[in-house]
Amino acid sequence: MTAYDGQAFAAATIEPAVRIRDLRRTFTLKGVLNGIDLDIAPGEFVALLGPSGSGKSTLLRALAGLDYEAFGSGEYQVPDRTSVIFQDARLLPWLNILDNVTLGLGRQVREQGRETLAEVGLAGREGAWPHELSGGEQQRVALARALVRQPELLLADEPFGALDALTRTRMHDLLRRLSEVHDPAVLLVTHDIDEAIVLADRIVMLEGGKLAVDIQVDLPPDPDARAHRSIDLRAELLARLGPSQAA
Amino acid sequence: MATLSALATAPPAIRPAARNRFLAHRAARFGILLGPGLLLLYWSVLSFNGWLDPRVLPAPWTAVEAAIELIRDGRLQSNLAVSAGRALAGLALGSSVALALALLSGLTVLGGYVIDGLVQMKRGIPILALIPFMVLWLGIGEGLKISVIAIAVFFPMYIQVHTALRAIDLRFVELAETLRLSRWKFLVRIVLPGTLPGVLTGLRFGTTAAWLALVVVEQLNATSGIGYMVTLARDYAQTDVMLVGLVVYAILGFGSDLIVRALERHVLRWRRSFGR
Ligand SMILES: Nc1ncnc2c1ncn2[C@@H]1O[C@H](COP(=O)(O)OP(=O)(O)OP(=O)(O)O)[C@@H](O)[C@H]1O
Ligand SMILES: [Mg+2]
Repeated sequence: MTAYDGQAFAAATIEPAVRIRDLRRTFTLKGVLNGIDLDIAPGEFVALLGPSGSGKSTLLRALAGLDYEAFGSGEYQVPDRTSVIFQDARLLPWLNILDNVTLGLGRQVREQGRETLAEVGLAGREGAWPHELSGGEQQRVALARALVRQPELLLADEPFGALDALTRTRMHDLLRRLSEVHDPAVLLVTHDIDEAIVLADRIVMLEGGKLAVDIQVDLPPDPDARAHRSIDLRAELLARLGPSQAA
Repeated sequence: MATLSALATAPPAIRPAARNRFLAHRAARFGILLGPGLLLLYWSVLSFNGWLDPRVLPAPWTAVEAAIELIRDGRLQSNLAVSAGRALAGLALGSSVALALALLSGLTVLGGYVIDGLVQMKRGIPILALIPFMVLWLGIGEGLKISVIAIAVFFPMYIQVHTALRAIDLRFVELAETLRLSRWKFLVRIVLPGTLPGVLTGLRFGTTAAWLALVVVEQLNATSGIGYMVTLARDYAQTDVMLVGLVVYAILGFGSDLIVRALERHVLRWRRSFGR
């Protein structure tokens, strides 16, 4: 308890990107979020784990401003420049790739749109229709669309859930690299513990409508120590998630 | 088993039915003319053998001769121009009003109640039943003709656009919210393109309705137009001229459908099409 308060205090001195106190959401008598407290520092990469149905998507939607019935009796501070990546790429089928990326931004950002598309490895595909791309490519376009807005906060709800294992690993590398370059605060919802360990600075877990676990990942640079730390973390998180999630 | 021997004989054996069973086969260029062509052949054979009384239905070549005659003295062109002008004016008026009202009723709560209620009520009244009243209000000139055509076009258009509007994916609305699109951008980038398939279907039904209404109003009272030409020919028992009128209607309907479909293919080229 004291440790958490200390952390919040430390974050407060550098003005956190996200500061949420006592966020609540109820669906017809069923409390899904029962008082969420969450701070995310600028540039911090947080992974949100939790069993299916624990309210991960609900929390993310509330942070994205898509939920008009979530309320908190406390603070609710989310940056204006917030980008969302959905589980489906959600590209408009009638706009080409570049227009999808720069949607709503005006003509002067087209050059940046091109550059961001190049960053996600899609240079030269600007004129393609979404249906001409593979699932992984579409999700990269969605990533470019999120990043071109230079977000202070990037919210992603299982963005790689529909991709095959190899493409997933590639997307992990890409996301880690780009989140270092663009440096937004990130909240990544995932049910994949390894994904969380590889990508995140910090892992939080939803349990009973509250954030029950809050762990700094702190992987050491030395490969051996790194592997050890990963295995320990994995075991710890697995134990918390329960056997139902072990697969 | 079979796969092994297939591997041994070098050419990779692709399944003969590698084509997707559910997708229509690639379109032949002029395949759409096959049906009308067969009909024409059938008709020619009947006339040629004398099995068809020319007073009932003249031979195709008689119609061609009559058409050449009509073109030579300029009657066909001038009447055609008048008819096409009326149809186009009615189509433009009816479909733009329908589009505007459908958007208004789909995007605003009050519009939804007021407009949609009225439209659904009016849908029950056949257009032919309205004509006597419209004559009373609009007289019997061009205004009446164009209005009747416009009303005939309005309904299919309104219903198609309205349905398409309701079918717009809510996920895209959510996306618009997270991207903070302005109302205008939302309309132009998401709503309008999303309803475009409906607009085009409406336009196809609408053109058909326009030609239909055109025939009715031109036989009602007119001093020009294809309908007038046909009515006049009927009074003089000129079956060949009547037939030319009929063929012109067919060509107009067929041709305008081709145009709308070409438009559809171009405008909706972002779609992975199913069939055709
Ligand atoms: N619109 C809704 N109406 C009613 N109940 C809802 C609604 N949305 C979510 N819920 C309920 O809230 C709970 C949390 O849902 P949520 O989608 O946030 O879970 P999740 O943690 O994202 O699960 P998953 O890992 O399967 O995506 C579920 O029990 C769900 O039934
Ligand atoms: Mg979810």
